[in-house]
Amino acid sequence: MTARIGVVTFPGSLDDRDAQRAVRLAGATPVPLWHGETALRGVDAVILPGGFSYGDYLRGGAIARFAPVMETLIDAAKGGLPVLGICNGFQILCESHLLPGVLTRNAHMRFRRRSQRLRVENSATAFTSHFDPGQEIVIPVKNGEGRYVADEHTLDELEGEGRVVFRYLDGNPSGALRDIAGVTNAAGNVVGLMPHPEHAVEALTGASLDGLGMFTSVIAHLGQTAAAGS
Amino acid sequence: MTGKHEAADVEQVDQELNLDTVEIAAKTPDEVQPYAELGLRDDEYAKIREILGRRPTGSELAMYSIMWSEHCSYKSSKVHLRKFGEKNPTNTRMLAGIGENAGVVAITDELAVTFKVESHNHPSYIEPHQGAATGVGGIVRDILAMGARPIAVMDTLRFGDAEHPDTKRVLPGVVSGISFYGNCLGLPNIGGEVVFDASYQGNPLVNALSVGVLPASRLQNKAASGVGNVVVLLGQKTGKDGIGGVSVLASATFEDDATDNRPSVQVGDPFVEKLLIESCLEMYDAGLVVGIQDLGGAGLTCALSETAAAAELGMYVDLERVPLRDATMEPHEVLASESQERMLLIVNPSKVEDVLAVAEKWGVLATAIGTVTAASPEGGGGRLIINWHGQTVVDCPPGSLADDGPVYHRPIKEPNDRALIAADRAETLPRPSTDAELRETVLKMAATPNLADKTWITEQYDDMVGGNTALSMPDDAGVLRLDGTGAVDPNIGPLGIALSTDGNGRFARLDPYTGAQLAIAEAYRNVAVTGATPIAASDCLNFGSPEDPHVMWQFAQAVEGLADACAQLGVPITGGNVSFYNQTGMTAIHPTPVVAVLGVLDDVRRRVPMGFANDGDVIILLGETFAELSGSEWAWSQHGHLGGIPPAVDLAGEMALAAVMKRAAEVEHVSAAHDLSDGGLAQALVESVLKHGVGARVKLPDHADPFVWLFAESTARAVVCLPRGHEVAFGALCDEHGVPWTPLGIVDSTVGGLEIVDHFQIPTGELREASEGTLPRLFG
Repeated sequence: MTARIGVVTFPGSLDDRDAQRAVRLAGATPVPLWHGETALRGVDAVILPGGFSYGDYLRGGAIARFAPVMETLIDAAKGGLPVLGICNGFQILCESHLLPGVLTRNAHMRFRRRSQRLRVENSATAFTSHFDPGQEIVIPVKNGEGRYVADEHTLDELEGEGRVVFRYLDGNPSGALRDIAGVTNAAGNVVGLMPHPEHAVEALTGASLDGLGMFTSVIAHLGQTAAAGS
Repeated sequence: MTGKHEAADVEQVDQELNLDTVEIAAKTPDEVQPYAELGLRDDEYAKIREILGRRPTGSELAMYSIMWSEHCSYKSSKVHLRKFGEKNPTNTRMLAGIGENAGVVAITDELAVTFKVESHNHPSYIEPHQGAATGVGGIVRDILAMGARPIAVMDTLRFGDAEHPDTKRVLPGVVSGISFYGNCLGLPNIGGEVVFDASYQGNPLVNALSVGVLPASRLQNKAASGVGNVVVLLGQKTGKDGIGGVSVLASATFEDDATDNRPSVQVGDPFVEKLLIESCLEMYDAGLVVGIQDLGGAGLTCALSETAAAAELGMYVDLERVPLRDATMEPHEVLASESQERMLLIVNPSKVEDVLAVAEKWGVLATAIGTVTAASPEGGGGRLIINWHGQTVVDCPPGSLADDGPVYHRPIKEPNDRALIAADRAETLPRPSTDAELRETVLKMAATPNLADKTWITEQYDDMVGGNTALSMPDDAGVLRLDGTGAVDPNIGPLGIALSTDGNGRFARLDPYTGAQLAIAEAYRNVAVTGATPIAASDCLNFGSPEDPHVMWQFAQAVEGLADACAQLGVPITGGNVSFYNQTGMTAIHPTPVVAVLGVLDDVRRRVPMGFANDGDVIILLGETFAELSGSEWAWSQHGHLGGIPPAVDLAGEMALAAVMKRAAEVEHVSAAHDLSDGGLAQALVESVLKHGVGARVKLPDHADPFVWLFAESTARAVVCLPRGHEVAFGALCDEHGVPWTPLGIVDSTVGGLEIVDHFQIPTGELREASEGTLPRLFG
């Protein structure tokens, strides 16, 4: 049975269909979820896609965290459901306190889009097991509010616990503290990153195929969990 | 929130004491009206009185002044634009053409594509960010109104001198506006142009393009048909923004105090537009709407009159039902407002509840404001009757607003300096003579604002959202996969479309007929080098004041040239836009016809990118090089010279080149290609090296004048790369189509840059510094 991976659409979600396509290319079944419904439709994992949910009024993700779907999702994530937040989804995870820190306006104050080299710092999360530790990958980045910020204590804690998952190489596109591109929670089931792995899954459209690893990782993770549970 | 009719129990407000109704107008024929201030001539005002059989009410006067403005009525251009219709090649692909919100062309029996380019020049000068943002929003709604899902945007930009302080205000604002609106809307920005020239200093050009895709069966139209059908306003509340935007801004020349016009610029909210797109598409798929029209320039005035006129029926509207952002608005303001993100729907009464439910799902305001009424028994369509709290403020034939505007035969005069300009040739200017001077010229040209790397701008655009972008800037054309096509058989790739926008104001200044042809030739070539087959075009004609006979001559020449070129290329104009009054004081911009060409790829996986990538690939120049330097980037950037005769147009050559590229892409003869245009061969080589940082060794033919070969801007040329072993077959293909081909060298990363054998070598780092340093230095 293929894994069922939910992709939440908020009003203003933009990369939701792209995330669904990536799930399908990785070999799982994408399940559209609607922001206004609390039901998670029995999915095995959830992706919060990129975009400008609710117009990003106030601050990226700040309104989306109050969506009905987030009520059940927050509990499920705390219970171990794999959840990936991409770009605006990462912002929502931070605003929901499933991940520490916050994403602020880029230091140069402009939207920036480019192919970005990253280092995989933690290959033990639900979404990174198919990468080698320290592997360098190319994933596009595109955002105006992508500067990861947390207090020194939190940053030290993240580093100490190996919870920085991705770090920018060859130049930090946003001024993110300590070049942080993505982080995970302590359990490793919730991952958020600013770059867009769903845009690096096809030779036709992507600068690399490196993004696919995140989606195949979670499918493998779900397979193991299912095997362990049976 | 959504559209239940509220009983008209609103108190009669004070302003209504001053309300100018039809009843009052009939009784006060001698009332003095400010028609001249609203831009209407004496004879036009008299015509309105004749149509109505009385003086117009204040609301009617506002509506006629807007609909009869240059922007809405095309009164100066109409007689010329007919040439497109007369000369357009017959094309079975065309499902909707000129006069619709956007042209629609069939790609397969089931699938169609719609695209259009439109100007938002004046608002973008006054308030660059919002002006450019709402330019994107407006063209996207045109595409949506045809029944299509918008899938990409592009933009063609012209700014003043790059070093001018005001350019530092206008450019960052325009770019951030396009970035903000397009990115938030989830539409990839896949290409465009940026050109600097002092002629645009007080009049930048912001031409926005959008493209959408639709099942052919979902094609929508704007006719408000079906007596008794309900008129529904969908989207944003109506505010005072953009009032008079059309008549005040787009139809008059700027004076010095342009900032006084700021309240006339609309303010955009892409989030609402995104919801508008999703809700409209859901309504189309459920078959809920009979007709639809976007609200753009002239707001409700245009949408109500055009939808009613298109159906040759009448319409009754209770205007006070329009949700307002500002309760003090008067009826003429409600009618004229250009508040963004609104659509007008014509809905069967049995479907109104469903329409309101879809709107509510997406959180978009929907309000029933009127009904479609019968045609007059005596013919000539129906009446557009608009009430305000029970009092009739408008009662007129909708066709008189939408279709019967004035038509001017403006005086045309050929400028008397043409012979002088033609004689002032760039071919006689001093040229670099030594190899060191040639090398320095390549670097200086690569660093000019027009030729320099545009990443500072394009990195602010999301080019990948949607996941179908196969090529985008700096490639020659944007290429998109049409999602969902060809997925079953692995041997049949998905379909693709290619789009490019081009225009060269300098060439058009030298000769508008030729300049317009060169614009479509370049866009056609840019599409062709990706391997796509060009099938349709859209134009945006940016000119000075039509009241200047020299400008009208330029315009007439450009239209003629474009129409002739379309006929020869077999590519019809499917729609477009005219922007006049692009001038400051008496000085007009360079005439700037911008042309967008759409092409199709039978298998998008075979699209040909730009840039040297593989060591050992053979570099070949297609086409012929002549000593054509007048109007070139070299003449302008190195000598500040603009004179002579622009490069010769060779449409047969362009078609042959396109045929070669299509076939070569299909059989994978070519690994990369790049068209030759601004800056000539030198610039094409520089860009090809910088794309992947892979160098090349190039040897010019023995007989070649290196300066001419490097910098001439002869047309119908491209540089292609062939994997080794394909030379013979490719050469035969070129011969078959009569395309001259010249082996130039090989892709070779060990060169570490660009080597012109026997002349000079430039390391990649030096090229990169020249090309990539300019825009960050200018704009931070």
